[in-house]
Amino acid sequence: MEMKIKNSKRINLLNPSIIIPAVALIILLLIPKLISGYFLHTVILILMYATLGAAWNWLGGFAGQISLAHAVFFGLGSYVNACCQIWFGINPWVAMVISMIIVGVFSVLIGIPCFRLKGHYFAIATIALGEIIKTIFVNWPAAGGAIGLYIPIKDISLKNFQFYSKIPYYYIILMMYILSTIITIWIKNSRNGYYFRAIKEDPEASKALGIDLVKTKLLAMWLSGVMCAMVGSFYVNYVLYIDPEGSFLFMNSVKIALIAVMGGMGSVFGPIIGSIIIILLSEGSRIYLGGMGAGLDFVIYGLLIMIIAVYQPGGIVGAFNSYTKKRKKAKRQIVNQGIQNDSIA
Amino acid sequence: MSNIFLQILLGGVLTGFVYVLISLGLTLIFGVMDICNFAHGDFLTIAMYAAFCFSLWFGLDPIISLPIVTLLVGLFGAIVYWLLIRHVLNSSGMAQIFVTFGLMIFIRGMMQALFSANYRKITNPLLEGSFTFGSIALSKPQVVASIGAITATLIIYLFITKTRTGWALQAVSENRQAASLMGIPVQKMFILAWAIGAACVGIAGGLMAEYYYIYPEVGALFGSLSFITVALGGFGSIPGVFIAGLLIGITEVVGGFYLSPAYKYLLVYSLYFVVIVIRPQGILGKKA
Repeated sequence: MEMKIKNSKRINLLNPSIIIPAVALIILLLIPKLISGYFLHTVILILMYATLGAAWNWLGGFAGQISLAHAVFFGLGSYVNACCQIWFGINPWVAMVISMIIVGVFSVLIGIPCFRLKGHYFAIATIALGEIIKTIFVNWPAAGGAIGLYIPIKDISLKNFQFYSKIPYYYIILMMYILSTIITIWIKNSRNGYYFRAIKEDPEASKALGIDLVKTKLLAMWLSGVMCAMVGSFYVNYVLYIDPEGSFLFMNSVKIALIAVMGGMGSVFGPIIGSIIIILLSEGSRIYLGGMGAGLDFVIYGLLIMIIAVYQPGGIVGAFNSYTKKRKKAKRQIVNQGIQNDSIA
Repeated sequence: MSNIFLQILLGGVLTGFVYVLISLGLTLIFGVMDICNFAHGDFLTIAMYAAFCFSLWFGLDPIISLPIVTLLVGLFGAIVYWLLIRHVLNSSGMAQIFVTFGLMIFIRGMMQALFSANYRKITNPLLEGSFTFGSIALSKPQVVASIGAITATLIIYLFITKTRTGWALQAVSENRQAASLMGIPVQKMFILAWAIGAACVGIAGGLMAEYYYIYPEVGALFGSLSFITVALGGFGSIPGVFIAGLLIGITEVVGGFYLSPAYKYLLVYSLYFVVIVIRPQGILGKKA
């Protein structure tokens, strides 16, 4: 009930909540006019990880299940897409749909045993899952083995998902990011979204209220997996190459989770904020410190993660919210004091 | 045939003992304070590099420098607790997980910056060659490492179950508040848990430096194996870790021999999955 009251309040404050996203959208649409080359590539990476972070957020931020296997969904999506194109010559867009279906089924099949586990047990089971899938792909010759797969070069066209410049790729990933944001807003305001949060806050109580725990968690996992497969399909067609070490990397799973957590769990704009910070940090430290000596970039990167975890565990959006809450509280106090003064007078 | 099987089985047991010691440190920290240290494997990397440095600079064999390495890594664990973990004790589980992830990235980067990404090995180790019993041959450093590991495990187990300090540790892991009301210094117990937990890995790392390659990411594999071991045995349970460590060591070596070395970890992780589906709380874990 309280949530609904809050939401209706937010709709009353129409102006800033519509103007800010609108301005952001215009800037995002204009970005390819402003920058190009490596910088555009960085923006594409930021949007890609923001979309993955949003997908993680549905499962981790809303439903409270800490998954460290999102790189598996992402990598599996890329692999299914690449294999469909190479083995059967299927069109990349059709292959994307196929990969989303297969990874969706896969995520549900994995979810059934894993969701019997809680907390750390679930996180560790997802780590084990990642290792299993990686070992299978490293030892599977038809899927390229340890060397990986190259997507064959075709005629440049939207139909073939291959372009001469980076700009069309940018708009495709932007669409995916916007889609993920719309789904996040839907989750935030829908009945299922309330179920997700109820499960996170108190699984026993939500079970007692009649929420089907496993079914709801599976829905979150399925949504998350399908979105990751979509982004994975984009990525493999963008770089035209895939290998098991790179795509099932445990550190990638950590990165995706980190982006969602750092931005702010269960928030709409958390993933993009987290993604901007993490990608700029890792790319920046790689460019400016990578030359000074191997490993120094990771030292700085790790140090910053520790500092944020210690001093700002609620994420950036969490920090912003607590700041505005404090301001509102202060305002209310001033108003109350005014009322008191009036009554005294 | 039976001789080969015995040889393989013994190899598995020897590997398993080392896993038991590494996982013991993890389960101790988890049991006492409910925090899963994802940088656990990287403590092993630090121990191995410390042993390597002693051998390079002072010509000390890892077996001889073992006490110093153990002390150093134990101290490192206590420092990590004091500088990092102490501050996230009351925050969400997410912050606790990510602080150790940050530490993991930090240690890997640091080791790479200091020692480069090259594979290193101790030159002229004290223990070389193998013991032979009839037709069974076991590599000397590995036998010494497993004997050392199992001795250390026993000592720590006795310390926790038989001494007053050990009881205090157990009390803190049962109920933090009640323990502090009984006059147990909880903060000191946390430091102790981290020091012992890290020292376990220190011993394992020092012993493994004798025969294993040393590189910045050596801890990654052993770290994830120790999570699997701890989860398989049941979080916080020491006998559980013992059983699970042996089971994983034997699965790895026997499976690697009869199937294919490429699939040995696949078997280990699948074993974990099968057990966890049947018993979500692990072999000896308490039902949550």
